[in-house]
Amino acid sequence: MAVCIAVIAKENYPLYIRSVPTENELKFHYTVHTSLDVVDEKISAMGKALVDQRELYLGLLYPTEDYKVYGYVTNSKVKFVMVVDSSNTALRDNEIRSMFRKLHNSYTDIMCNPFYNPGDRIQSRAFDNMVNSMMMQVC
Amino acid sequence: MEQGPAGASGAAAATGTGGLLLPLSETEQQRYSELFSRCCPPPEAAAGGSSVGWWTLQHWEVCGAKRVGYFGPAQFYIALKLIAAAQSGFPVRIESIKNELPLPRFMALKNDTDIRYGTPAELHGVKFQTPHSTLEKNSYKRTDEGDKQEPNSPPMSPICSPPASPSTYQRIPVSYGYGKARSGLEQQHGAPYEVRHSAHQQDGPSSGNYGAKSALTCSTPNRSLSVEREQQDSSTHYSDDPWRITEEQRDYYINQFKSLQPDLNAFISGSVAKNFFTKSKLPIPELSHIWELSDVDCDGALTLPEFCAAFHLVVARKNGYQLPETLPETLLPEYLQAASLKPMRDCALFDSYSEPLPGSQQTRDFSRTEKSSTEEVPDNSALLQDGKKDDKQALKVSTTLKTIPKEFQHLTVKTAAQESNALRARPRSRSYSSTSIEDAMKKGEEPPTPPPRPQKSHSRASSLDLNKIFQQNTQGVRSGWLPPPPPALPPRPSVSQTEQPSEVDLHPQMNRPSSQAEENSSAKKEVVLTQPPSKPARRKLRTEAQGLDTPEVSPTINVTSSLPAAKAHLPVQKQSSKQKRAIQTAIRKNKEANAVLARLNSELQQQLKEVHKERIALETQLEQLRPVTVL
Repeated sequence: MAVCIAVIAKENYPLYIRSVPTENELKFHYTVHTSLDVVDEKISAMGKALVDQRELYLGLLYPTEDYKVYGYVTNSKVKFVMVVDSSNTALRDNEIRSMFRKLHNSYTDIMCNPFYNPGDRIQSRAFDNMVNSMMMQVC
Repeated sequence: MEQGPAGASGAAAATGTGGLLLPLSETEQQRYSELFSRCCPPPEAAAGGSSVGWWTLQHWEVCGAKRVGYFGPAQFYIALKLIAAAQSGFPVRIESIKNELPLPRFMALKNDTDIRYGTPAELHGVKFQTPHSTLEKNSYKRTDEGDKQEPNSPPMSPICSPPASPSTYQRIPVSYGYGKARSGLEQQHGAPYEVRHSAHQQDGPSSGNYGAKSALTCSTPNRSLSVEREQQDSSTHYSDDPWRITEEQRDYYINQFKSLQPDLNAFISGSVAKNFFTKSKLPIPELSHIWELSDVDCDGALTLPEFCAAFHLVVARKNGYQLPETLPETLLPEYLQAASLKPMRDCALFDSYSEPLPGSQQTRDFSRTEKSSTEEVPDNSALLQDGKKDDKQALKVSTTLKTIPKEFQHLTVKTAAQESNALRARPRSRSYSSTSIEDAMKKGEEPPTPPPRPQKSHSRASSLDLNKIFQQNTQGVRSGWLPPPPPALPPRPSVSQTEQPSEVDLHPQMNRPSSQAEENSSAKKEVVLTQPPSKPARRKLRTEAQGLDTPEVSPTINVTSSLPAAKAHLPVQKQSSKQKRAIQTAIRKNKEANAVLARLNSELQQQLKEVHKERIALETQLEQLRPVTVL
C-alpha cells in the first residue's frame, strides 16, 4: 500500500501524482522530485552494460527513516515512483513489482486511447480507480 | 365518548402545527376522533407509527409527525384534514386545510375488514390531476430527505407518481384492517409498497393479480414486488432507459461504421475514430472518457459493438445525459453482439432479460439509483408523464439523431477512401511509434527505395565518397593528372549517342573501332586497366551490337539495311540486354574507381616520401644552425 504514487514523463515533469491526503503532502512531492536523480543515476549505470536487457524495475531507490522510495522505468523513459511507508514491513519486493506492473498496464491502456496526447496530464478515471486501490486507505 | 379528548386534541392540533390554528368543526372532531380510536383501540394518546403504516409519505411530512416521532392525535387530525383536502381537489398543503372541508371519505368504514379493492369510481379521477404534480413533488422531496432511506423507494417514486393519489385513498380503508397486521412490517416498506400496488391498480389487467397478491405475509409482498418490478422494468427499460440501443439507432451506427470501415468484422483504428468523434464537438476529456468506457479490450481500436456503444454514448451525451462511471450493461460488447444477432428486438430483450434478471436485479437497481441521483430522473419522469411509450422514446432519440447526422456529413467519400486504404495497409498489431495514417503510408513507400542502391554501388566504392576524394585530390595534389573516370565515361554515352542517329551499319562499325581506340587510349593512361577495359570493351561491343539494333528499330525509316534476323530477337532481348549493359557499365565503373584510387594511393605515398625527405633536410639544417646560436 503506497503512500504516494507518481508518473513522471521523459522530460522529468509529472504526468500524474497522487498521495494519501495527509498533512504536508508537499513533502511527498519533494521526495519524488529528489528521487528522480537517483533514477537517472541507475539508468545511466545500467545503460552502459546492455541497453536492451535493462531491467524495468529499479528497486529501492533510497530509504529514509519514515518511508522508502521505489522506482520503475519504462522503455520510453516514463518513470513511475512509489513512496511506501517504512512501518509497513509486510510489503515484499514481489508485491512492489506487481504494483508497478499494474501501473504499467494501466498506463499502456491510457496510451491506447487516441484522445490522449502523450505528454498530457493523465485524467483517466480508470487510472484513478486503479491508483486508489493501491494507495493506503487512510480514514 | 371521545368528545373530551377530542376537544383537547383539537386544541393540541392547533398547537401541534407550530402555531397554525386549525379550527376543527364539531363534526370533524367527532369523525376524527372516531377514526383515531379505530386506529388504536387501546386507550393510548398516541397511535404507534406502525399502525398507521398506510400513511403516504407526504402526509407524514406535512403533518409534522416526523418531528414528533409518532402519529399523535394532533398529527392524525391534520392528516385526516389533508386527506379531505386532497379528496376535494385541493393541493396537499397545510394552508389548504385551514378552510372548512367536507369530511374525508373512507370507503371501507362500513366494512373495514374487507380486503376488496373497489373500483376507483368513487374517487374523482379528473380532479386529481393537479394534486398529482404536488404529490410527486412532495414525494420527491421526501425521497430526497435522508430520513427514510430505502433502496426501493427512489426507483419506485418515479414509477408510481402519476396514479398515486386516487389509489392511495382507496388503499387507506383497506389498510385499516392491515394496520395491525402490518405492525411487523416496517413503515417505509409499507408505504412505497402500497404506493406501488396502487400504481398498478390503475392498470386494468393487473388488478386481478394484485387481488391475489394482497396476502399479508412478508414474503409474498416481496415476491409480488419483484414480479411487478420485472414487468415494470421491462416497460420502463423500453421507455426510459437511455443506454439501450434501438433498432434504428443500431442500423444508423452500422452504416456509420461501414462508411469508416467497409468490413464489419474488422476494426476502426484509434486515429480514424478520433477524427470521427471529434466531429461531434464534444470536449476532448469527455471523448476520452467515452473511449475508455467503450474500448473494453483496450486495444486502441473499435470493433462494431464497441463502436456502437461509443456512438451511443456520444449521442446520449449530446442529448444531455451524464456519462456513467462504468459501461452500462446494455452497452457491453457481448450484449450488443448478442442483441445484434437476433433480428427481433423483443426477443433480444427478453432473452437477455431472462438470463441476467434474477442475478443482476440488484445491479440494475443500483444503476437505477445511480441514475436517479443524476439528472436523468427528471428526464425519466418527464418521459413517463408523456405516456410511457417506447415509441415516444425512440422518436425523441431519433429526432435528436437527425441533428447529429448533419455534423457527421463531413465524412465524404474521399476521407472514407483514404482511411479505408490506410486501414487495409495498417497491420492489426501496429507499433506504438506510428499511429497516424501518414506514417503508415510512408512505411509502405520506404521498402521499394533500398533495392536500387545495391545495384549501383560496389562494395568498396560505397564506403567512399568519390566526389570528396576528387576534391581532395584537386586540393592536395597539384599534379596535372586528370581523374580518369570522367573522360572515360563520356566516350561511352557519346558513342551510344552517336550511334543512335547513325543510319548505316557501317557507321556503328566505324564507331566501334573508334570507341575501342578511345578506350584503348584512355586505358593507356591507366596502366593497370589494360586487361579489364578490353574485356568490357569486348562485352560492350557485343551489347553495342545488340543495342545498336534497338535504336535502329525505332527509326525504321532511316534504317537502310538492318539485320532482319536480329529484329526478331530484338524485342525479346531488348530488356535483358539493357540490364546486362547496365550491370556491365556498373562493373566497369567500379573497376575504374578502384584503379583511380589505387593510383591516388601510390601518388600520395610518393608525395609523402618527398615531404619526409624535405622535413629531414630541414631538420638537419636546423640542427646545424642551432649549435651556433645556443651558447
